[in-house]
Amino acid sequence: MPDWSKLIRGRLEGLNLPPTREAEVIEELNQHLNDRYEELMASGAVTEEATRTIVSELDSGGLVAELQPLLRPAPDLPAMGERHAGGRIAQLWRDIRYGARLLRRNPGFATVAILSLALGIGANTAIFQLLDAILLRSLPVDHPEELADVVLTKTEGGRTGWFSGGHPQLTSAMWQEISQEQQGFAHLAAWNMQSLNLTQGGEARYANALWVSGNFFDTLGVRAAHGRSLSPADDQAGCGGAVVISNAFWQREFGGRGDVLGSTLRLEGHPFEIIGITPASFYGVEVGRNFDVALPTCAEPVANSPSRMKNPAGWWLAAIGRLKPGWTAERASAQLASASSGILAATIPSGYDALDRERYLKFQLGVRPAASGVSSLRTEYETPLWLLLAVAGLVLLIACANLANLMMARANSRLREMAVRLALGASPFRLASQMLAESLLLAGIGAAVGAGLAQLLSRLLVSFLSTENSQVFVSLTPDWRVLTFTSGLTLLTAILFGLLPAVQSARTPPGEAMTASGRGTTAGRDRHSMRRALVVSQVALSLVLLVGALLFVRTLQNLEKVETGFHRTNVLVSTMDFTALNIPLPQRTTYRQQILERLRSIPGVDSAAGSNIIPVSGEGWNDNINISEFGIRRAVANFDQVTPGYFRTMRTPLIAGRDFTENDTLASPLVAVVTETFVRKFLHGTNPVGKTFSVVLGDGKPERAYQIVGLVKDVKYSSLREEFTPIVFVSELQDQQPDPYSQVLLRADVPLADVTAAVKKEMAALNPGIVLKFSVFDRIVREGLLRERLMATLSGFFGLLAAILAMVGLYGVVSYMVARRKNEIGIRIALGANALSILGMILREAARLVGIGLATGTVLALFAGTAASAMLFQMKPSDPLTLVTAGASLAAVAVAASLLPAHRAARLDPMQALREE
Amino acid sequence: MPTKVMDRELKKGSAELLILSLIENRPRHGYEISKLIESRSDGVLRFNVASFYPLLYRLEQRGLIEGRWVEKAGQRRRRYYRLTAEGRKMLKEQRSTWRDFVHAMNQITGAEHA
Repeated sequence: MPDWSKLIRGRLEGLNLPPTREAEVIEELNQHLNDRYEELMASGAVTEEATRTIVSELDSGGLVAELQPLLRPAPDLPAMGERHAGGRIAQLWRDIRYGARLLRRNPGFATVAILSLALGIGANTAIFQLLDAILLRSLPVDHPEELADVVLTKTEGGRTGWFSGGHPQLTSAMWQEISQEQQGFAHLAAWNMQSLNLTQGGEARYANALWVSGNFFDTLGVRAAHGRSLSPADDQAGCGGAVVISNAFWQREFGGRGDVLGSTLRLEGHPFEIIGITPASFYGVEVGRNFDVALPTCAEPVANSPSRMKNPAGWWLAAIGRLKPGWTAERASAQLASASSGILAATIPSGYDALDRERYLKFQLGVRPAASGVSSLRTEYETPLWLLLAVAGLVLLIACANLANLMMARANSRLREMAVRLALGASPFRLASQMLAESLLLAGIGAAVGAGLAQLLSRLLVSFLSTENSQVFVSLTPDWRVLTFTSGLTLLTAILFGLLPAVQSARTPPGEAMTASGRGTTAGRDRHSMRRALVVSQVALSLVLLVGALLFVRTLQNLEKVETGFHRTNVLVSTMDFTALNIPLPQRTTYRQQILERLRSIPGVDSAAGSNIIPVSGEGWNDNINISEFGIRRAVANFDQVTPGYFRTMRTPLIAGRDFTENDTLASPLVAVVTETFVRKFLHGTNPVGKTFSVVLGDGKPERAYQIVGLVKDVKYSSLREEFTPIVFVSELQDQQPDPYSQVLLRADVPLADVTAAVKKEMAALNPGIVLKFSVFDRIVREGLLRERLMATLSGFFGLLAAILAMVGLYGVVSYMVARRKNEIGIRIALGANALSILGMILREAARLVGIGLATGTVLALFAGTAASAMLFQMKPSDPLTLVTAGASLAAVAVAASLLPAHRAARLDPMQALREE
Repeated sequence: MPTKVMDRELKKGSAELLILSLIENRPRHGYEISKLIESRSDGVLRFNVASFYPLLYRLEQRGLIEGRWVEKAGQRRRRYYRLTAEGRKMLKEQRSTWRDFVHAMNQITGAEHA
């Protein structure tokens, strides 16, 4: 019997019937044609004849035209059937409106969904926004892609000299030489940042000063918003000092007054004339900092004494410029590298000894692209921020898994609706795209709320990162990168949690779904195993996050508890700058002693001592020493210059020998106190008291010999993280070149605010021209741990969030599992199982899921831990205690989450359970 | 016997009545109905597949007939059509209308019965 279906299908193609309907029509017509064929054959026709007849009959009457108005499904229900007017966009809009209706009917689900999405997307956006601002954004100048900066690419052996400012790349001599010898830049300018005091006497108030060469603003293409900007004419030797202020400073200091141009601004006591105000968008070339005042470099000797500019070994300048058309940073770098030896040979700092000279000549210069400026924020926070982005991403994934689970549960209750629609001719693709539209709607609303949240979160992040001494300033207006990130994330999220339920609904076999519950069916089982897989992955990811959080929290704890060698609480750091008093050099030491006596006499001050280095503040001073007795040559040791009583003030134990006394003067032999590590490293652990060493002073000058008179316990020098270093303490009273300022640490029994007020009074009484600066030592130490605190706080928060999400997910799945097995549980109870055994049964099932999740999570955590190992302190990523604690906590959370539904199962009424189908 | 080609409009108009009456007493499938029409009219009225099924589906859409797939032992399933209550009513109406029409036609054109 020939099969006419193909023929018929071909004729019906143009009708675009729903597949089920088309199949039926084809079947019916096929049978008719079969009967007709039999009739023709019976009447004696041959096959070809019969076939021809049938085909002609089929094509005779305009079958398609007649059928068309009859077989199109009635357009009653929304979003069903195939084509409506308007095409795909209109369809999407209809789907979204339908989805919105559904959400309104389910406010509980909608709230949970939108909240989790908002949190997930918001957190990710906030962190990315900060990353974007610090790492990716270009400087707000014309053609930032043309900018590049000059750096030292090779500094083997280290540099010798005085380093100041945030980016001490070059000395003044090097800068001059480079300007002449470089070929790659059309314009090259120099700059540096420094804090300059705005007050004259009394407590200091600092402005962020930006030292610039005369062509700086021209190079960057920044024109003054008011007045004029600095030009090369303003940067001639011996200049008076015209300055340009930033918009922010103008608003803050002068209230945005119109008459500020031409007025005087005093910096470090010296007057400068304000000649211009920069536009509000310009903040300098350092990302994360905003400058207040820009001064020409020629004015540096006026503000600084001793001058950095005039110091041949004063490293203080950075150089940034615009490349010539056609030049890349690589090409300019190669050119500068080849010119390096000439430049260095011409600029050797006088006062370098042979070894310093040799090292200096081996340095190399290079050029780096600088479209996004320079940033110390970047180096410090790049890794933590990427880590945090990964963490936030994981949290979003967990939230998506939760949502997918929730959506599938909802889809289950809409099973009948789906089945009916499929039977009436909706295509599975339509069903799936409808569900995806719903997910898109949810994700969109979540993203909108999240975007608002992100603004708040990023501001919080920035304030977290700001310290007393350095305010972080970044532009937080979203640029195209942030918007793209957020939109892309939203889309990805919608697909992640919407695809699974959508695909599952589309695969609903109508027959199965139409039976009462759909439970115990294959489709139901598939769905359940998908949900279980989701929960397992949630548990695994949550474990990773919890482990990470614990690692960072414990790192922070370890750092806070680490042995520092001093007591850090209740210590005030007070700097007294008496430069303005012009006290002659020979009298400075006496003056400093005077100040110290006054401070010690303040009631409530337990002890006070001077030190020119504040521990763990990032300050540092090291020198080369020789110890002939032990054959040590040019070893590097850290130095600190202190007054007698320093160790007592800092509560650093004296182990052997003695402290400095008033009798150690310029007239007596130079003495020193060393730390344990110094002894271990250089003196082979022998008793240091009585031993000598000498400090290498450089070119031609004789070494300075010291005798060790005391040994103290190890103390941390520049940061809490570093190992103990060899430290040499020398006496302030034996300083041949005393500075015109005094830095004193005061330990007090009373609140530090009171001490501060008292110091101000004392110093004002001594001389009102003394400039004062105060910090709390404990805060300085804490600020050194800012990165670690950031990681601990945020990862802890995210870890907690992840655990909550996993708990909610587990609760949902266990409840669903209980609901599915209601019959079975009812039967068991009816047959005599007690509550405990039911409880056990459910909990065992949950425990299996959690167990697999924990096992997977542990493996993942070990992998992930290696990424963060550089940030840990005294902790290995595979720390067993951490893994066990995280696992146990999550297990406890899981038990709690499963208890409620398990409890409900145990208290099921068997009669009711069995009555339900 | 010469096959008279029935006027198309007339054929369409009367087809409904034909189909309805043929399934008055028992359900039939499409081929059966079309063959019955042909045989009982002595070949005057003939429908082929392209002209018949649109009529059938139209009646079904209007709710006058109802199609159902029936599976008989040893055979492939077939779609059987039966009259609905609506269809019965319509059949009665159409029959009386047709009777009056034929009577009127006869009277005017002068055909006489013996």
